[in-house]
Amino acid sequence: MSAPANAMALGLQGCEACGLVSRPAPGAVEGRCPRCDEELSFRKHGSIQRTWAFVMAAAICYVPANFLPVLATASPSGTDYDTILQGVVLLWSPTGWPLSIIVLIASIIIPSAKIIALGYLLVSVQRGSNLHHHQRVRLYRMVELIGRWSMVDVFVDTFTAALVQLQPLMSVEPGPGLVFFAAVVVLTMLAVRSFDPRFIWDSQVPTRATHG
Amino acid sequence: MSAPEYNVPVADTALTACPDCDLLQRLPDVPPGGAAHCPRCDRELLRRPANSRERVLALTVAAAILWIVANSVPMLGLTVIGYQASTTVMGGAIHLWTHDQQVVAVLILFTAVVAPALQIGFLLAVSLGTGRVPAPRWVGVMIRHQPTLVEWSMIEVMMIGVLVALIKIAELANVVPGLALYLLAGLIFVLAGMQSSIDRRAIWESVSWASGAPR
Repeated sequence: MSAPANAMALGLQGCEACGLVSRPAPGAVEGRCPRCDEELSFRKHGSIQRTWAFVMAAAICYVPANFLPVLATASPSGTDYDTILQGVVLLWSPTGWPLSIIVLIASIIIPSAKIIALGYLLVSVQRGSNLHHHQRVRLYRMVELIGRWSMVDVFVDTFTAALVQLQPLMSVEPGPGLVFFAAVVVLTMLAVRSFDPRFIWDSQVPTRATHG
Repeated sequence: MSAPEYNVPVADTALTACPDCDLLQRLPDVPPGGAAHCPRCDRELLRRPANSRERVLALTVAAAILWIVANSVPMLGLTVIGYQASTTVMGGAIHLWTHDQQVVAVLILFTAVVAPALQIGFLLAVSLGTGRVPAPRWVGVMIRHQPTLVEWSMIEVMMIGVLVALIKIAELANVVPGLALYLLAGLIFVLAGMQSSIDRRAIWESVSWASGAPR
């Protein structure tokens, strides 16, 4: 190959499932992978719209996820309701602060950073930005890698509630915020999956491709 | 509408298009133990672990055993003033289900129990299936969906969650870490080793083509 080129520019499709490079049959625009049967397209269909839909749904769920209690603690003196942020504050102690920070990062910083990062990637792709390709693809991979860790709080609340059943002394139950918080995690993971990172590079002039 | 036609494969089988940036390139000959990355965006394109099939087979069997035992013994317990309780991984999901949190219960069950099981099971089937030449079509179906299962298999995330829960509960009662906790910690490493031992390209090269075209 002389100059670096995108497969799409040469009318070729790389299979996302098995990696085989193939060409649509004469007359066809898009087809199926002859090796693994995956439906091929040059870019994921409706990727931008679908990713926006997931990101917006996640942003909407983010509000009740943070304002509704995720845990209800019942004791003879009454019932206490804790939101995620209150859970972080409660964990803060001379010995417990590292865990408090883990929960703060996993439950509050990561979900909001994911929503903002995906929004930025979408806007930059829609505007055909020709800047910071490497940083943007690195951002995408970071969002992809880190997203699952927001599930930490869902597991914390699940196992706290399952174990602390010391009636009539004290019992812990999951609160209504938990399902919204779980929804934020799932929706942002689906958003990452539906985004096509190849869009980031489509604005790049092929001859300017850098190596290394 | 009928399913779209099959594409025509390019003659040069070393050609690949980077999944992250679509750069068309020729894969180099990678020695066992090596990997190849995209020169433009640095995405890993190819990994050739040495003795891939044997390693994957051994690690999937180990993972399957760990998974079975870890899901049948308690993960954590507590004792307080003569009272004691314990829960398994599934116990957490069941508790949510019975307390009006069915959606979250299903999510917990899937990410902590079902997805890891399928992740292991699919890979075990794939490494057994690639013993036949050519490997049957279902091997392709399984290796194609396995990455999705890895994405939703969250044992390491659960581990951190359980540790946080342990510390929280320790203020109220005596916490007793269960055997499953240690087994799951081991399983995290076995799963990581298993995933990094897969030679996807070798598996795809051994699978019969969907179009029935010559290999």
